[in-house]
Amino acid sequence: MAPLNPDLAGRVFPPTNYLVGREKIREFARAVRSTNPLHHDVEASRAAGFADVVAPPTFSTVVLGPAVTQLMESPGTGIELHRVVHGSEKIEYRRPIVAGDDLSTTLTIVDVSERAGNSFLSTICEVCDETGALVATVTSSFLHRGDA
Amino acid sequence: MSLPAGHAFGDLEVGAVVAKAEPKITRDDLVRYAGASVDLNPIHYNAVTAAEVGLPGVLAHGMLTAALALQVVVDWIGDPTAVISYETRFTRPVVVDPVDGATLSISAKVARLDPDGHTARIDITVSYEGRTVLGKTQAQVRFRP
Repeated sequence: MAPLNPDLAGRVFPPTNYLVGREKIREFARAVRSTNPLHHDVEASRAAGFADVVAPPTFSTVVLGPAVTQLMESPGTGIELHRVVHGSEKIEYRRPIVAGDDLSTTLTIVDVSERAGNSFLSTICEVCDETGALVATVTSSFLHRGDA
Repeated sequence: MSLPAGHAFGDLEVGAVVAKAEPKITRDDLVRYAGASVDLNPIHYNAVTAAEVGLPGVLAHGMLTAALALQVVVDWIGDPTAVISYETRFTRPVVVDPVDGATLSISAKVARLDPDGHTARIDITVSYEGRTVLGKTQAQVRFRP
């Protein structure tokens, strides 16, 4: 196996977009077993000051999907999807994600390293709304398994 | 923006266990989460693929385990928007048996209090079959002033 391309560090990928849907939030909330009314009930969400239903905190993984897919499928990186293992995730919110948000995610590769035949990749994703305001920052690390 | 119901910041004590749960994950739950999260990696539902890449069985999505761990805290505070940050490390896979599933043991405790920001750091431990599966799992929660 060829190691990951060390020139990847510092690379910034073009923004990807994700339009947050009400039913997707409800579907995700059911999958993580959250019955909180803010994820399901529009009236309850409006009464709490939100425009529509509110996403569960880990819904960021859905929003980041297109950006991560773009990274994994990008030619010349050396990344092979079946070798990728999720190492860590840190999500920091400026405000909750709400149905109707038209979000754009910019993924930057922070670091690439090699150790004991494996590669390590860390990324930071900045999620902004349609006004350009920062909504969330997500820092992730991945192990790219070698042949050993 | 965050108004946790039912728990006053002043009542929190560092070291106190605030919530526990033992959710069971089945293969059905993995399929549901795969669709909801759009993570369609077959190692999370296809035993043949999992075996081909050398895994001990079908694995739960790390982010599903992380979400169920955080849900224990969200259920305790009653407000998902109180969570202003969340982090975890995926240290050990959760193998989901086709018949028995996998039952997690989750415990959340108060680790640090910031009186100025009215925020609490809640540390969560998650274990499966007596071994921890997530590391450094921390939620920052903002309380009503």
